[in-house]
Amino acid sequence: MGLKLQQSYHHSVTVKVNEQMGTKRGYTFIQANRAWLPKFLLLWVMVMAFLSTWIYKKMDADNKVRRKEVLSSMCDQRARMLQDQFSVSVNHVHALAILVSTFHYYKDPSAIDQETFAEYTARTAFERPLLSGVAYAERVVHSERENFERQHGWTIKTMKREPSPIRDEYAPVIFSQETVSYIESLDMMSGEEDRENILRARATGKAVLTSPFRLLGSHHLGVVLTFPVYKSKLPPSPTEQERIEATAGYLGGAFDVESLVENLLGQLAGNQAILVNVYDITNSSDHLIMYGHQNQDGDLALLHESKLDFGDPFRKHQMICRYHQKAPTSWTALTTAFLFFVICLLVGYILYGAAIHIVKVEDDFHEMEELKVRAEAADVAKSQFLATVSHEIRTPMNGILGMLALLLDTDLSSTQRDYAQTAQVCGKALITLINEVLDRAKIEAGKLELETVPFDLRSILDDVLSLFSEKSRNKGVELAVFVSDKVPEMVMGDPGRFRQIITNLVGNSVKFTERGHIFVKVHLAENPKPMEDPKAETCLNGGSDEDALVSGARQFKTLSGYEAADERNSWDSFKHLVADEELRYDASVKMKAADEASQSVTLMVSVEDTGIGIPLIAQDRVFMPFMQADSSTSRNYGGTGIGLSITKCLVELMGGHISFISRPQVGSTFSFTTVFGRCKRASFSDTKKPNAEDLPSGFRGLKAVVVDGKPVRAAVTRYHLKRLGMLVEFANSVKIAASACGKNGSSCGSKTQPDIVLVEKDSWLSGEDGGLSLRTLDRQQNGHVFKSPKMILLATNITNAELEKARAAGFADTTIMKPLRASMVAACLQQVLGTGKKRQPGRGMLNGSSVLGSLLCGKKILVVDDNMVNRRVAAGALKKFGAAVECAESGKAALKLLQLPHSFDACFMDIQMPEMDGFEATRRIRMMESQAHEQMNGGTEEGSIRTGEWHIPILAMTADVIHATYDECLKCGMDGYVSKPFEEENLYLAVAKFFKTKPISDS
Amino acid sequence: MDLVQLQRQLVDYRTSLYHEGFLDEQFTQLQSLQDENNPDFVVEVVSLFFEDSERLLNELSKALEQQVIDFKRMDAQVHQLKGSSSSIGAHRVQKLCIVFRNYCEAQNVEGCLKCLQQVKHEYGIIKTKLESMFQLEQQILNAGGSIPV
Repeated sequence: MGLKLQQSYHHSVTVKVNEQMGTKRGYTFIQANRAWLPKFLLLWVMVMAFLSTWIYKKMDADNKVRRKEVLSSMCDQRARMLQDQFSVSVNHVHALAILVSTFHYYKDPSAIDQETFAEYTARTAFERPLLSGVAYAERVVHSERENFERQHGWTIKTMKREPSPIRDEYAPVIFSQETVSYIESLDMMSGEEDRENILRARATGKAVLTSPFRLLGSHHLGVVLTFPVYKSKLPPSPTEQERIEATAGYLGGAFDVESLVENLLGQLAGNQAILVNVYDITNSSDHLIMYGHQNQDGDLALLHESKLDFGDPFRKHQMICRYHQKAPTSWTALTTAFLFFVICLLVGYILYGAAIHIVKVEDDFHEMEELKVRAEAADVAKSQFLATVSHEIRTPMNGILGMLALLLDTDLSSTQRDYAQTAQVCGKALITLINEVLDRAKIEAGKLELETVPFDLRSILDDVLSLFSEKSRNKGVELAVFVSDKVPEMVMGDPGRFRQIITNLVGNSVKFTERGHIFVKVHLAENPKPMEDPKAETCLNGGSDEDALVSGARQFKTLSGYEAADERNSWDSFKHLVADEELRYDASVKMKAADEASQSVTLMVSVEDTGIGIPLIAQDRVFMPFMQADSSTSRNYGGTGIGLSITKCLVELMGGHISFISRPQVGSTFSFTTVFGRCKRASFSDTKKPNAEDLPSGFRGLKAVVVDGKPVRAAVTRYHLKRLGMLVEFANSVKIAASACGKNGSSCGSKTQPDIVLVEKDSWLSGEDGGLSLRTLDRQQNGHVFKSPKMILLATNITNAELEKARAAGFADTTIMKPLRASMVAACLQQVLGTGKKRQPGRGMLNGSSVLGSLLCGKKILVVDDNMVNRRVAAGALKKFGAAVECAESGKAALKLLQLPHSFDACFMDIQMPEMDGFEATRRIRMMESQAHEQMNGGTEEGSIRTGEWHIPILAMTADVIHATYDECLKCGMDGYVSKPFEEENLYLAVAKFFKTKPISDS
Repeated sequence: MDLVQLQRQLVDYRTSLYHEGFLDEQFTQLQSLQDENNPDFVVEVVSLFFEDSERLLNELSKALEQQVIDFKRMDAQVHQLKGSSSSIGAHRVQKLCIVFRNYCEAQNVEGCLKCLQQVKHEYGIIKTKLESMFQLEQQILNAGGSIPV
């Protein structure tokens, strides 16, 4: 069966894993497009390359435009200047023409001859820097030639210096500047260019230019400027004929264009950068160069043309500028584009790298997640395996234990008995261990669910204490519990688990403590100083060992006087807590209302012992499962070391945390916090109190004096008495108590007269005159009308001799054995005060079948099982413990029998039955009960109190605990379960919850 | 026969029953429940078991002969048998019942038939063994001795 279970678990685990993996496959965008990443990168690079090319082109184009603009502006500037200079020179020539006409023709005789002209022109040459020279040629018609030649004494010659052939007209040079004196007497009309010029000039009356040609003197390219000179004044708008008729001669000058431009360019900046050509473009098909070389290198791609106007409308000139050098590569643009590209490339690569990294990290993450899920699954599987195996082991173990118990019942020799007993002890230890492992596995598998029911914390603590009272008493260890008044009476939580924690801790303490005390203290977590880091504390503790040695001799103000590991529980701090409560007691009543507003209450529980402590090196691993202080611990003290780890788990489940302070050879203090819900008052009165024992209220208002030298212990005693509603005073010693009583008795009257005096055994023994004082006390009382207070001795353990002595000393009334429990104290007081039936306070035996017998004896129990054999066996087992058993063979029969009112005390119910299974039957029974309850409630006011009686404890009987888990049992209203077949201890534990032995019986 | 010898024989016989796995600790538990108030407890319970088992086995045989086999019902019956056998500690029968139930769940007719045969066989054995044990005990009691535990 185990194997099958495991398989199904395994199956469920794998399914879970798959599911988890399925849901966790949420990919991001990057992850989804991981294959595209390199392509994205390539695309990015391409786009960026394109972009940088575009940037380069744009910048380059900008550059070109700027270059062109610069060129055009330079070109235009040059053209303008050239034009200006030229027109200045032309104006001068014009002025000269007017000079000639004025002085040569209007004056008679002529005021100008060659010498005058030469001198004048030479002296005014600075005004015509561009002209290599000027000359004046007179118009001579053929009829006047002879006359003219005679007058001047030379013949007219052609340009080739030959006597001129006969022509209609001649234009011999008569005046010339010295620089061009070689042309004197030459007929200007003999040159083709000049002739044309002359004809055009006299027709238009304006300066005209020749096309460029090589000048005679300098061989520079040049043009000749010709002005007509008129004999008489012309009419305002003369016709061409009139102009020709009035023409007297022509003034001409040769422009050395080449040097003109050269000069001009030399004056301007940027001369080196550009190349200037000047053309005559009169004939548009054949441009004549005026300046510059035709085939010069230069940037042919870019040129600028500027128009030149030299004042001759017939001729057109043009200046063409080019850059000397080709446009330099634009390094700025290139660098910018390149850098841009590089940066983008890097950015792209970084993004790519990041994406790749993300992909990798995500892959890793998914892998890890998968591994984590698997690990968790493995862990769960392990826990389930443990749970299953533990359970499977339990069954045969029960057999072994049963056999051993039987064996021990037989006649055995002492050796055999010893062996068998040892085997039984071992077996029990094994069962405990298995139960613990099962618990732990359940916690780890997350199967442990805490219930939330109202319970009385104080009575649980009392129960736990009573469980250990026997052991502690035998050891002479004082066991005490103290709960702060502020802790609510009822809290919501899981009483079973709380009990388990306390039992574990106190059990440990009892195990490891041989002297001194074990002290459980509960208070609100808000009260004390905040918890300090236990590690730091332990370090501190280690350091203070020396101190402890020194102080070893002195009495500590702890419960028993032995030193405790945690100073906080000593009187010095404890009294603050108590005093605090005292002071604020009234206030706290008011505050309670406010407190109740908050839903939860955090409690701080500490368990202090004065045992062997935990070695420093082992303190780290105290809460780790199966780790004991050292291997010798389990030899000496037994146990597995799993208890504390379970405790820790439980505490954490309950929303608290646990820590400890321990000093070797001094003791340990385990403290934990836990969060409980507050009980609402309204629901509180309605709910049953399964764990609360009702304390008798007959002691309210009684006054008690506690005589105890140790304040902590006195506070504990007072705590228990206060729970009974008594007023408590302290006295350090018997003497003080006696004197106080005396005074009170005489002065204040009955109000302060104590009813009871409780004397701690230590105080009584240590006071030498104890007995005496007591007697005085007695006597004083006797002297008055008041009845004497009852004297009660408190002791942890007491020998018979001491008991006798006590009786003799006046403690005739009773002795209360510690640990104190409110119910037990109440019982004793009842006995002493005569309010209850008398009973000798003894040491209750709490073990074995006698207890089970006493629990079940006389109880009427219903066994429900469809299997007649099982029914018979269960009935037999229960009968053996003295119970009256009735049987029902089905759920229906059980329902019939359990119709209210019935007289059954409990019901054992099989789960798997035909027709109506145990769960269903239980549900119906509970329904019946609640219906009855409602009716009752409607009828009488007492209904709520009586409900408890109508809750029949139902225990499930089942062979396999795994299937019918405890939770399932609880869910349908059962109170617990017993594993079939019955095992004594198991049965006891299940039954003990419901059939409490009467409080008195175990005191 | 000598009383002591008889007692020894009983103890040996019982031990062998435990040893061979016919009985388990539950039978011991059962015996522990028998005391002066209830001297025939074990015999009573075991007879109940015989009665119950025979009824169940008959019903099972019948059920398996049917045209349409009600496996659910059979499963419940085998569960009953398992419960009673585990209650008296008839270990082998109990173990077989577990197998039997698996076959019932799987609705495996052949497996069920085979199991039924085996259960019947085991039941026969345990019945004989227990009866002879009780006989021995009776002899001891008749001889005036006490039954060794």
